[in-house]
Amino acid sequence: MSLLEAHGLCGGYGEVDILHGIELVVEADEIAVIVGPNGAGKSTAMKALFGLIHVRQGTILLDGADITNRRPDRIVGLGLGYVPQEHNVFPSLTVRENLDMGAYLRRDDFAPQLERIFEIFPPLADKRGRPAGQLSGGERQMVAIGRALMLEPRLLLLDEPTAGLSPRYTDLIFERIVAINALGVAVLMVEQNARAALGFAHRGYVLAMGRNRFTDTGANLLANRDVAEMFLGG
Amino acid sequence: MNAGWLCGAELNGKKFSAMEIVQLLIYGIVLGSIITLGAIGLSLIYGIIRFANFAHGDMMMAGAYIALFFVVTVGLPMFVAFPLAMAGGALLAVTIDQLLYRRLRRTSPVILLISSFGVALVLRSLIQLIWGPSIHVYEQGIKLPIRFWGLGIKPDQLYILGGSVALVAALHLFLKYTRIGKAMRALSDNSALAQASGIDTERVIIWTWVIGASLTAAAGIFLAIDTQLHPVMGWRLLLPLFAAAILGGIGKPYGAIAGGMAIGIAQEMSTLVITPAYKPAVAFALMVIILLVRPAGLLGGGTK
Repeated sequence: MSLLEAHGLCGGYGEVDILHGIELVVEADEIAVIVGPNGAGKSTAMKALFGLIHVRQGTILLDGADITNRRPDRIVGLGLGYVPQEHNVFPSLTVRENLDMGAYLRRDDFAPQLERIFEIFPPLADKRGRPAGQLSGGERQMVAIGRALMLEPRLLLLDEPTAGLSPRYTDLIFERIVAINALGVAVLMVEQNARAALGFAHRGYVLAMGRNRFTDTGANLLANRDVAEMFLGG
Repeated sequence: MNAGWLCGAELNGKKFSAMEIVQLLIYGIVLGSIITLGAIGLSLIYGIIRFANFAHGDMMMAGAYIALFFVVTVGLPMFVAFPLAMAGGALLAVTIDQLLYRRLRRTSPVILLISSFGVALVLRSLIQLIWGPSIHVYEQGIKLPIRFWGLGIKPDQLYILGGSVALVAALHLFLKYTRIGKAMRALSDNSALAQASGIDTERVIIWTWVIGASLTAAAGIFLAIDTQLHPVMGWRLLLPLFAAAILGGIGKPYGAIAGGMAIGIAQEMSTLVITPAYKPAVAFALMVIILLVRPAGLLGGGTK
């Protein structure tokens, strides 16, 4: 049994489906990347997994437990963390308070996890008292990922974590994602920088028009001429 | 009273001593602290539930009458009746929310606004049914102001000021340090992300009503102490409350403090130049100006 198994997902925002039978599997400890053109349903698929949009058909199993159409505030307690693409921090709250909110469901002492986040993202340690809204885009992304890690999820969903970041920060965030994965957290991410992301992904999905087009290891997808031609810009 | 440093001001051919101005400033601060407490509740509820609660003034009035029940009917001293009335106001608000607003929350904010207008009418009629349309006071008799340096301050006004400062300080500590307080700020910042963090939004909304409505009840009691109880006392203050909340940037409880003080002082100071009957117009004029010049409020950084 895989950590995450989504079968035949159909759904969308209103009457019209955006997802037409999406299949996604993520094994524990691996990094899986979803790539594809705009409008392929990548972000929608992530929202469906986290219960943010209604899944009309299909099932989502997290470690064997059915989480299809459950409320996000319940799903987050089951070991699935989600970082949206935009508006992913609480701007008026300090860095420390953002992380506290990530640990909202924890009743135990989460100080060790807080220290671990500051080790993963050292720039945050010095800025823990600053409102997140005053941070740079890259630092805000660190707060967003840190917040989602506070509950020590088994699987982290990242929706375009490098959108709008400078190349320097993009590399840094990728490197940190690999480091987080090395700590035993599985990652499923949507990424526009397809080549770079497939370079370190254990598994890659190419979506187009709400359907799975290719599924393979990251390296094989990079080597696949059809994928390169159609989706990676030659 | 004509010490040399007391230079007067002259407006419309009327002459005012500096003393008169200071006296009005004191009244303005007292009124401002009442408006502040009410506007904080309004702003908190707007920030978290995203609707303009037109029943807010009448919630204030209801709080004052609940205190009247405890003071006059039950015969409790004010310092006991005060927290009981705050709790009563909170209970009333949570009940209304669970019976009415909760069911309408998924509809549009306009529907919530109109329904709160209905709540305002029901509350006012209920109070009028029980206590009648005439004026009530907590305590009979005239209280003389304490005089110092030619300024008159009533002991009640000092209690109002001290009580408001204590409540605002308590609110600050609550928002800053408690788990629910932080969750309230988080929800006001970004409700989708709050939910993605596992925050139970319905529970936070109930807490928002508890905090907002108990401050509102306190504001109503202070207003009744400063003036008297009357079924339309809260409705008449609704405009200044909204003006204060908007001035401070609606949805920002800290802004409501600045907004409330500004409106209170402006209203009292305006009596230097215009007749006191136009006091509410001052709040309205300030609200219109701020909406034209800085729609996000004085403390508002940018629009969300």
